[in-house]
Amino acid sequence: MLKYILRRIAYAIPIALSVSVVCFMLVHIAPGDPIDAIVPPDTPKDVVEQVRKDYGLDKPLPIQYAVWLGHVLQGDLGRSIATRRPVAGDLILAARKTFVLALTAAMFGFAIGIFLGSLAAFFKGTWIDRLAVSFAVGGVSVPHYWLGMVMVIFFSVLMNVFPAMGAGPGDWQWDWQHIQYLILPALTLSCTPIGLLTRTVRGIVSEILNQDFVTTLRGKGLRNRTMMLHVVKNAAPTILAVMGLQLGYLMGGSILVETIFSWPGTGSMLNAAIFRRDIPVIQGATLVLAMFFVMLNLIVDIMQTMIDPRIVRK
Amino acid sequence: MMTPQTLVRARNLNVKFVSRDATVHAVNGVDFDLAEREVLCILGESGSGKSVTLRAIMGLNPRAKTVMSGELKLCGEDVIAASEARMSALRGRQASMIFQEPMTALDPVFTIGRQIAETIVRHEGVSYKAAMARALELLELVQIPSAKRRLEAYPHELSGGLRQRAMIAIALSCRPKLLLADEPTTALDATVQIQILLLLRRLQQELGMGVIFVTHDLGVAGEIADRIAVMYAGRFVEEGPVRDVMRAPLHPYAQGLLGATVHAGLRGKRLTTIPGAPPDLRDLPTRCAFAPRCPMVENACRSAVPELRGPEPGRAARCIHVAQAAQAA
Ligand SMILES: Nc1ncnc2c1ncn2[C@@H]1O[C@H](COP(=O)(O)OP(=O)(O)OP(=O)(O)O)[C@@H](O)[C@H]1O
Ligand SMILES: [Mg+2]
Repeated sequence: MLKYILRRIAYAIPIALSVSVVCFMLVHIAPGDPIDAIVPPDTPKDVVEQVRKDYGLDKPLPIQYAVWLGHVLQGDLGRSIATRRPVAGDLILAARKTFVLALTAAMFGFAIGIFLGSLAAFFKGTWIDRLAVSFAVGGVSVPHYWLGMVMVIFFSVLMNVFPAMGAGPGDWQWDWQHIQYLILPALTLSCTPIGLLTRTVRGIVSEILNQDFVTTLRGKGLRNRTMMLHVVKNAAPTILAVMGLQLGYLMGGSILVETIFSWPGTGSMLNAAIFRRDIPVIQGATLVLAMFFVMLNLIVDIMQTMIDPRIVRK
Repeated sequence: MMTPQTLVRARNLNVKFVSRDATVHAVNGVDFDLAEREVLCILGESGSGKSVTLRAIMGLNPRAKTVMSGELKLCGEDVIAASEARMSALRGRQASMIFQEPMTALDPVFTIGRQIAETIVRHEGVSYKAAMARALELLELVQIPSAKRRLEAYPHELSGGLRQRAMIAIALSCRPKLLLADEPTTALDATVQIQILLLLRRLQQELGMGVIFVTHDLGVAGEIADRIAVMYAGRFVEEGPVRDVMRAPLHPYAQGLLGATVHAGLRGKRLTTIPGAPPDLRDLPTRCAFAPRCPMVENACRSAVPELRGPEPGRAARCIHVAQAAQAA
């Protein structure tokens, strides 16, 4: 098993490298000269060339990539063009906040989604099922920015129970002073995982309940809780995969929600950087989010193999 | 010797499935008794209600849409009235069921040993470890080679024949008095079919179980059954001792069925087929259901569903052409 895990990690390395190439290239593929973001529009030509040299932007792309990757591996993501501060430090702070938000939204969304989905599957065709499914469709369809706005208007402006923006003073801590800031954005962000998990769990659980082996289990006279164990173990690999993907999307996809609630995470950071064409920040943030995705996939993969004996481990 | 107890008693058993679009009348008035150690084979074409009858005995038809009426007793328990909790105490303990497809009938993500042991733990309250030891004995009982290793195997790691043996081991894990076998050999290769059949027959005799065996194969029925029931459109159209039914079937459908299958008694005769298709169970006619396909049909066949008639003790058929013996009235 350990050997299998090591092999999986080895497989992830080329993937991670390709991802880093894409992150690096993103900025160069985008239209416009990156240098325009650094120097004012009316700078004399020779000064522009000098700046280009200073930033290494005059070298061929493969060299630029190699230099960049070398620095990245040492934890150096360059300096922000806008703030002149090292990207890595800011990024870690932001990523921690995004992680708090995404993880909270995910846990809440997964719990509700799994609960609703199982309920719908066990009571398939009844009003409980229909209610859960409508809820799920609503969850995946409602636009985040609209829901976020409504949340702010209702809970912050009208009822004044939760703050409308920010993540509380200073560093993140799990106390009420900070958590009150987390509630609205996390609720908004959890809509998609609630909807998706409800749908997935309902589908997979009702499929399992229709399988022949469930009749065998009933035929053995097993108690309900033993039956549940069978259903859970059969459903787990699929549900884990969906949860892993969702957590990845929440990490990377919270840009809108972070912007609405001014949540100082990677989403806000990326959003600001894109408008300023702050290349090192864009590259760094994209890279960190993408690596997180690769890692999540790896973890899900290994967990699936541990649960389902039909996936061959060599 | 004890006097044989009745394991299953069915009187005018009806099973229908009610859904919003239609009501399927799957079983329509079935009567029979099964004594201890007795082997009954149910024959009949696809959709005649054989599986539904077996599942009804176990209370395994989907609760929400199944409506049962008549009388149905399993080891003295009233199946139609019993709660799910009471039924689940009987299932796997007094009566067990094995299925056609050993691949899909086993949980793919649990080991064979575990799937046997959990039944024992459920009904006998022994420790998991003790149950595993019993599971090993059971795998040996059903003649699975290298049983110890197979205990840790997953269903997909076994061949079809071994899976069916494992399925039998699960079914027998609590020494049930009744075994319901729903075409247990149909999905297997011919040679494996015979092995499984011989195994079942040996186990039936050794453990003294009553068995209801559903099959399409007349040869199989002749091999293991004491009695045969021929099912058509949810009714037993003929029932009797295996030799009598095989040699001289009473009901035209049973005659057709015997003619449509290759077996030893038919050597030299022409194979016949039964023209037409069975009736739609959503809209069952109030006449003999076989009438449209029957070569002997007359007007009287279309006026009512024929009663069971017994020309001699122990035999019965639902056909107006069958003579009714005076003493069986
Ligand atoms: N759960 C159910 N809901 C609705 N209809 C059902 C259900 N189970 C069985 N039926 C219907 O009941 C009828 C009898 O089915 P059954 O499975 O008993 O046939 P069978 O005699 O076992 O056939 P086969 O030889 O193909 O196994 C069929 O028309 C089938 O469609
Ligand atoms: Mg069947």
